[in-house]
Amino acid sequence: MSEVIAEGGHGAVPTGPEVPAGPGRVRSGWPLYEVFVRGKRGLNHVHVGSLHAPDDEMAVHAARDLYTRRNEGVSIWVVRSADITASSPDEKDELFAPSGDKVYRHPTFYDIPENVPHI
Amino acid sequence: MTAPSLVQEHFDATIAAEHRIEPRDWMPEGYRKTLVRQIAQHAHSEIIGMQPEGDWLLAAPSLRRKAILLAKVQDEAGHGMYLYSAAETLGVDRADLTDKLIEGRQKYSSIFNYPTLTYADVGVIGWLVDGAAICNQVPLCRSSYGPYARAMIRICKEESFHQRQGYELLLTMMAGTDEQRAMVQDAVDRWWWPSLMMFGPPDADSPNSAQSMAWGIKRHSNDELRQRYVDMTVPQAEFLGVTLPDPELALDPETGRYHFGAIDWEEFKRVLAGEGPCNAERIARRRAARDEGAWVLEAATAYAEKHA
Repeated sequence: MSEVIAEGGHGAVPTGPEVPAGPGRVRSGWPLYEVFVRGKRGLNHVHVGSLHAPDDEMAVHAARDLYTRRNEGVSIWVVRSADITASSPDEKDELFAPSGDKVYRHPTFYDIPENVPHI
Repeated sequence: MTAPSLVQEHFDATIAAEHRIEPRDWMPEGYRKTLVRQIAQHAHSEIIGMQPEGDWLLAAPSLRRKAILLAKVQDEAGHGMYLYSAAETLGVDRADLTDKLIEGRQKYSSIFNYPTLTYADVGVIGWLVDGAAICNQVPLCRSSYGPYARAMIRICKEESFHQRQGYELLLTMMAGTDEQRAMVQDAVDRWWWPSLMMFGPPDADSPNSAQSMAWGIKRHSNDELRQRYVDMTVPQAEFLGVTLPDPELALDPETGRYHFGAIDWEEFKRVLAGEGPCNAERIARRRAARDEGAWVLEAATAYAEKHA
C-alpha cells in the first residue's frame, strides 16, 4: 500500500511514484486531519477540507474556527489523514469497471408500456 | 519525437473534456509546479493581506466597525489555510512554503506592500482590492485542478462580504464631513492604480499565461480581467461620488467599455522586486510571527504527546 497523504480537504490520497512528493512534506510536526461537516440535520457529513493539529481535540476546535465561521454546520468529524484508506488510481479498472456492464441494475434497463401508471 | 504516453493522453483528455484533475491523477510536472507556485503565492497573499488592515483593528472608530474588521481579517487567515491545504495535495508542506515566503523565494501580491494611512483605506481595500480579487477569483472556481477550484468556491462566497462592508464604510464616510470625503478621495487616489496592477503584467509580457490557460488553470487573460474590473468599478465610483485618478478614463460608446490610461509598470516591477513602501515590514512581521510563535506549537505538541 502506498503512503497516504491528505488531499487538502477533498479525500485522502495515496501517493505512488506517479505523484511526486516534495522533500519537505513531512516537516511539520502536527499530523494532518481531514474535516467533515454535517451542514444540517438530515444530511451526511461532507468532506470540506483539511488542517494540521497536535491532537484530536485541537483538530475539532480548529475545524470549528476554520470551516464553520458562518453556521455551515451542526456537527464536525475529524480523522487523521493517515488513517484513511483510499482506492488507488492503479486499480481503477478492477475496482469500478465490473459495475459498468451491469446495466440491468438501473431502472431505465426495463421497457414498460407507457400506459402503465405510477411505475 | 516519442508518442505521448498513456497517462499523458488521459490527462489531456480530462482537460479537454473540462473534467477536473484530482490529486491522485498523473499530471505533467510543469502543471504541478505551476499550480504550486500559483496556489502558494495566493495563500501567501491572504496571510500577508491580514497586515495592512490588521493595523487598524485597535483604532477602529466604533465597536461595529471593529467587529466587522476583525471578522474580515479572520477570513483572510481562513482563506490562506484553505489554499495551503490545496497546495499540500500537490506534495508540498505548508511550513516549507512559509519559509520560502520569508526567504523571498516565493512571492505574494504586491498590493499589500502599500501602507494603510487612514481608516478610509480600510473601506477602499474592501471595495477596490477585494473587488479586484473577486474579478480574479470567480473564474478560478472553474480551475482544472479540483482542490484549488473547491478552495476558491469557499473563498468567493466570503469575499462578497469583504467588498460590501468596504463600500458601505465608504458610503457612510461620503455622507459625513468634508474632511471625511477628502479622506476617501485620498485613499482612492492612492489605491486605484495598484489595484489595476493586481491583474498582473499585460498579456504581451505574461509568458506563462498561454500555458496556464491551455491547462485550464487560468480561465481569462490578465488584460481581459483588468478590463472587466474597470467596467464594473467606474459606475460604483460615480455612485460613491469619488473621482478615479485617471484623466484618460472614458466610456467608449461603440464597445460600451471604458478606456483607461497607461499603467506605470516600472512601479509594479519595483514593488515586486522588494522596493515597495512596506515590503521589508511585511516580511519582518511574518518572520516574527513564525519565530516568536514557535513555542506555542512546541508546547501543544508536548501536551499532545503527554496525553497520547
